[in-house]
Amino acid sequence: MSLRLGLLAVLSLALVAACAGGALGTAARQRVSPLLGALVGAAAVWTGALAWSGGTGGLVVGTVLPGVGARYAPDRLGGAFLVLVGAVTVLASVWALDGARGTAASRTAWVAYPLFVLGLLGVMAAADVVAFLLAWEVMAVASAVLVLADHAHRPEVVGAGLWYAGMTQLSFLLVLGGFAVLASAAGGTAWADLARLAPDAGATGLGVGLLLLGFVTKAGAVPVHVWLPRAHPEAPSHVSALMSAAMVKAGVYGVLLVVVRLFPAGPSWWGLVLLVVGSVSAVFGILQAGVAADLKRLLAYSTTENVGLILVAVGAAQVTTARGDVATGHVLLVAALLLTSGHAAAKSVLFLTAGSVLHATGLRDLDRLGGLGRTMPWTCGAFGVAALGAAGLPVTAGFVAEWTLLQALVHAGGPADPRLGLVSALAVTVVALTAGLALMTFTKAFGIAFLGRPRSDGAAAAHEVGRAERVAAALGALAVLGLGLVPGPMATAAVRALGVDGVTAAGTTLAAGVRLGGVAAAPGAVGGAAAGADGLVPVLDPLALSLATLAALVVVAGVVARLRRRAARRAVELGWGCGGARVSPRMQYTATSYAEPLVRIFDAPLGVSRSVATTTADAPYVVRAMSFRQRVRDVFEEHGYRPLLRAAARVGDAGRALHNGSVHRYLAWSFATFVVVLGLAAR
Amino acid sequence: MSGEVRVVVAVVLQTVVVVVAAPFLVGVLRQVRARWEGRVGQGLLQPWRDLVKLARKEPLQANGSTVVAWVAPVVVLGSGLLLAALVPTVTTAGPARLPADLFVVVSVLLVGTVALGLLGLDAGSAFGGMGSSRHLTIAALVEPTVLLAVYALSVPVGSTALGPIVEGRLADPGRVVAPAGVLAVVALAIAVVAETARIPVDNPSTHLELTMVHEAMVLESSGRDLAAVELGSWLRLSVLLALVANLVVPWGVATAGDGPGLPALAVGVVAVVVKTAVSGVLLATAEVFMAKLRLFRVPELLTGSFVLAFLAVTGSYVIG
Repeated sequence: MSLRLGLLAVLSLALVAACAGGALGTAARQRVSPLLGALVGAAAVWTGALAWSGGTGGLVVGTVLPGVGARYAPDRLGGAFLVLVGAVTVLASVWALDGARGTAASRTAWVAYPLFVLGLLGVMAAADVVAFLLAWEVMAVASAVLVLADHAHRPEVVGAGLWYAGMTQLSFLLVLGGFAVLASAAGGTAWADLARLAPDAGATGLGVGLLLLGFVTKAGAVPVHVWLPRAHPEAPSHVSALMSAAMVKAGVYGVLLVVVRLFPAGPSWWGLVLLVVGSVSAVFGILQAGVAADLKRLLAYSTTENVGLILVAVGAAQVTTARGDVATGHVLLVAALLLTSGHAAAKSVLFLTAGSVLHATGLRDLDRLGGLGRTMPWTCGAFGVAALGAAGLPVTAGFVAEWTLLQALVHAGGPADPRLGLVSALAVTVVALTAGLALMTFTKAFGIAFLGRPRSDGAAAAHEVGRAERVAAALGALAVLGLGLVPGPMATAAVRALGVDGVTAAGTTLAAGVRLGGVAAAPGAVGGAAAGADGLVPVLDPLALSLATLAALVVVAGVVARLRRRAARRAVELGWGCGGARVSPRMQYTATSYAEPLVRIFDAPLGVSRSVATTTADAPYVVRAMSFRQRVRDVFEEHGYRPLLRAAARVGDAGRALHNGSVHRYLAWSFATFVVVLGLAAR
Repeated sequence: MSGEVRVVVAVVLQTVVVVVAAPFLVGVLRQVRARWEGRVGQGLLQPWRDLVKLARKEPLQANGSTVVAWVAPVVVLGSGLLLAALVPTVTTAGPARLPADLFVVVSVLLVGTVALGLLGLDAGSAFGGMGSSRHLTIAALVEPTVLLAVYALSVPVGSTALGPIVEGRLADPGRVVAPAGVLAVVALAIAVVAETARIPVDNPSTHLELTMVHEAMVLESSGRDLAAVELGSWLRLSVLLALVANLVVPWGVATAGDGPGLPALAVGVVAVVVKTAVSGVLLATAEVFMAKLRLFRVPELLTGSFVLAFLAVTGSYVIG
């Protein structure tokens, strides 16, 4: 079956959805537009699956600019990302049936939404530079419109929208520049033309450098992450889900496009750059997420962390491959794809359920939430599963991905290559610290929001949300669990998407774990007495792990059932009341107090400032009132962007001297420009 | 008996031995401490008696708490049981589909950690949240040490599975005293102390809520919930202590090569009981002569252990 049909279906459905969004009345729009969005997503999943399994064909748009055409023909890797984006779109659209209200369901928003999805899909499906850039710009503009959906009611949305628009256009310019350099050096715009360039040539290096910078800006890596913690919280929740789970992946796809598809034989410094950027992003992102009290801001910073881990995997793959350890490099690339899919599943659920919490309580501030587990059991369950996934615990997709990454890292290098060993030791440290802090972050997010007692009236008045929101969250949570319980098919599919080897499904049935044949130690290096030829290949079978746990728990359940007959559970007002410790909900730990140890330990990288003011009566020991203020800043923004913005403002001020309102002067400027252009053209 | 059946028998036996012995190990720790402090002590059986007493009592559940109040203790216990089955204490044998991969072992440990942390937050009391926050902070900071120590141990064997690591040390005792191996085990030991909430990171016998970490989280649990949490924590302590003992003194453990027959298993049981009891005595003795660190001094200790683990990794490349 040709891909042409699928691509046409996606294109026409998206255009119909955009027209419907513009033409329908409010009530009809709220029913029809989300369904059309879900259809676009489903069509994308279908098309992507075809491309992933090796389908051929494509869609040629004859004229996008005068005399320039564009070709959309996804390969296997693009197909994998199409499936991912399509699946997230389906979830977000289903959620929007109940979840998108008010300004999030305005005419403009429902016109922009399908176009945003179309742009995203176009990026993954593009087969040449023009097609890629066109889709990239559609995606950038439409998403900026969506971020601004609620600008009329909340002033902070405008600031977020400005930052987002600025950064996303910066990323576009960098990608445009990078592709321009590569295309002029290659003399063609198709991927096949670019791939013929020598990877170690100067022009290639410049082009790839610009591209990587542009792509990591879109991916939200440090230090170009500043748009993410602003735009994600202010956008409508289904758009945040789509942005975090799918659009950020466009940046990841771009990086993979460069280092896997165009230049698989690239020099190792590309990988080192990605490793450093990824490491800083991972640790900084999770630290900021750990201390964040705004639920969606926490999730946004955790996106930076996840992108960081993906970049660590890709960077390490590039370095190991360039240093000759190709098999381990392949396993690392598979780990990158597993991280991507696991993160997409978990983060879409987290953003959607955060949106449900926002509806039910009107709050994003964790410090004022609490006790939602009783009033919103579905949302609580889905959030809990997804939080497990984001924290990388078994048996979720996130765990399988982190396990694969760690296994590949500890097998990279080895005694033959100590320098690579040092790199992988540092990478393991980064992954470990990130995983540990992610554990704390998501225990905090889940425990503070859903357990304990309500910390405000809004939280106390919470109610379970509508069916569509619950269904979307539950489906996503099932995906997180499914990919974690039976990771084999996904791993082999990732292998096929990347065109590598080294990872197989363990076992022949569908219920299969992961087997990393690519990182097996050479038989001669084995010191163990009993290890067979196959005994040292890392194998992970989450299903077997779960069954073993279940077997243990059956015994426990038997004992508990007997004990339960003896003594039933009894509800009391105060479980344990030292000093009336439960009198007021305000005496509970809040998200801010939960993160206090982190703030203390990592005060320098977090840029913490705090002030305590005490008002005393006559004697210094009689305290009347105390005020405590603590602020956590983004050091990159404070020391990187503020000076830059100030400098830009100064340049602008200086430029003002050039235009004083005199027409003569403007004519003189025009003439001078004309002469310069003539001079350049005549050269 | 066929090989697979023998492996299953060995694993079940290993689990049962650990479950039976874990409360005794806690008894040993308390008794040694009591003797050093000049007290008579409660005897080795007291933890078992406590456990049975708690299990028979009705659990009280504070109004407003959720299912976490009874699910979390079961998860803590389940995580402990899984650890007891996976980690080679009596035998290095294990099912081929389920090797005792250290990364998996660590994640099973962390599931228990998170369950405890959520248990602390569930009832909505001030102390529970405090304990939970501290517990998770420590867990987060221990993680790099643990994974790097795993890395260092895996380098000579080429595998992160615990079975081959222990067998490798048995086959080549030089590895036990090699600098990299020693550093890795010391780092791991510090991490174990932190993970199991012992002095100097946490004081298991404290009565002062403001200094509590582990105890603060279980303040609201009672009856069989508390019994499950306690047994789960004791299992975790025993398994990790036995693991460190097996890494330092690997002799006696029933290897997979024996296809573990009953005599080898019997030797394995005796060996691990002796080794763990001795390390328990050493741990309790060390604890008597130490004070608990201030919470914000703990990161310094853990940074130190991290440096050791990092040196172990780099050392294992350079000097083997």
